[in-house]
Amino acid sequence: MIVHVVFWIVAVIAVLAGAAVFWVDSMARATYALAVSFVAVGVAVLLMQQNYIGVVTILMMVMEMAVMAVYMVMFMGMNPALMPMSMVHDKRWALAAAVGMFAVLAAGILLIDWPARHGKPAADVTAALGEALMGPQMLVMVVVSPVMVSTIVSAIVLAARRTRYDRFGDDLKHRPADPQPGGVGR
Amino acid sequence: MTLQTVLLVAAALFCVGLYGAVSQQVVVMVMMGLELMINAVILAVAGFWWFVMPTPTGQVLLLVVIAAMTVEMAMGFAIATLLHRDRGTDMTDMATDLSG
Repeated sequence: MIVHVVFWIVAVIAVLAGAAVFWVDSMARATYALAVSFVAVGVAVLLMQQNYIGVVTILMMVMEMAVMAVYMVMFMGMNPALMPMSMVHDKRWALAAAVGMFAVLAAGILLIDWPARHGKPAADVTAALGEALMGPQMLVMVVVSPVMVSTIVSAIVLAARRTRYDRFGDDLKHRPADPQPGGVGR
Repeated sequence: MTLQTVLLVAAALFCVGLYGAVSQQVVVMVMMGLELMINAVILAVAGFWWFVMPTPTGQVLLLVVIAAMTVEMAMGFAIATLLHRDRGTDMTDMATDLSG
């Protein structure tokens, strides 16, 4: 019983906080609202006994919101908590698309005859996940790992002001015109 | 708490995120919309895992979704940095080179 009550509380909080992200008039408040929504979803996941996934979701999103706050200060050039702002376009069409999408999804959810539960969760769900990742599901980790590495490299190449490709250009044998030469023997 | 209620909450979150991703002009706010949509996917997959097939495979799928969210976040921040450095703006309307 208490699980159902807690689920409905966090469900309402998750949706309302999610809506508040685009309703409040400052980016700082929007960030906090998104963090609250993510924490509420993390609690809902914990209610379904997925302890590891729920905790990872909460920790990751809290850290991401902290990074977002830094980005707002960097890019907006203002105190994001004090400066009201409303920067939207096609608000009416976006609202219509969202409402239409919800109607379609809700109809599908309510009309489909969902299958009954097959099996039951392992006694230690987190240990079962670890064993699956290190056993039959290892291919997933093998694929995700290079994707993460390539993401790191791509993000740095995009975000860095000046990389080796800017220094050397097409002629890799040419000495780059660095303002301050580096390396051994400078 | 049933599968339908979990999925309805996830659908509501997804549609709120869709509204934000379509309507917002600031890149970071668009990313917030996308993350709300992925948040909804996490909740829906968790619901399917719990109510339909509670095997470790479902949790592995959740890890893949979280990894996709991480990639979206990292690349979004990198593109926002590049856009701000190149054009001095963080608005999507100033980066329409590929539109049309």
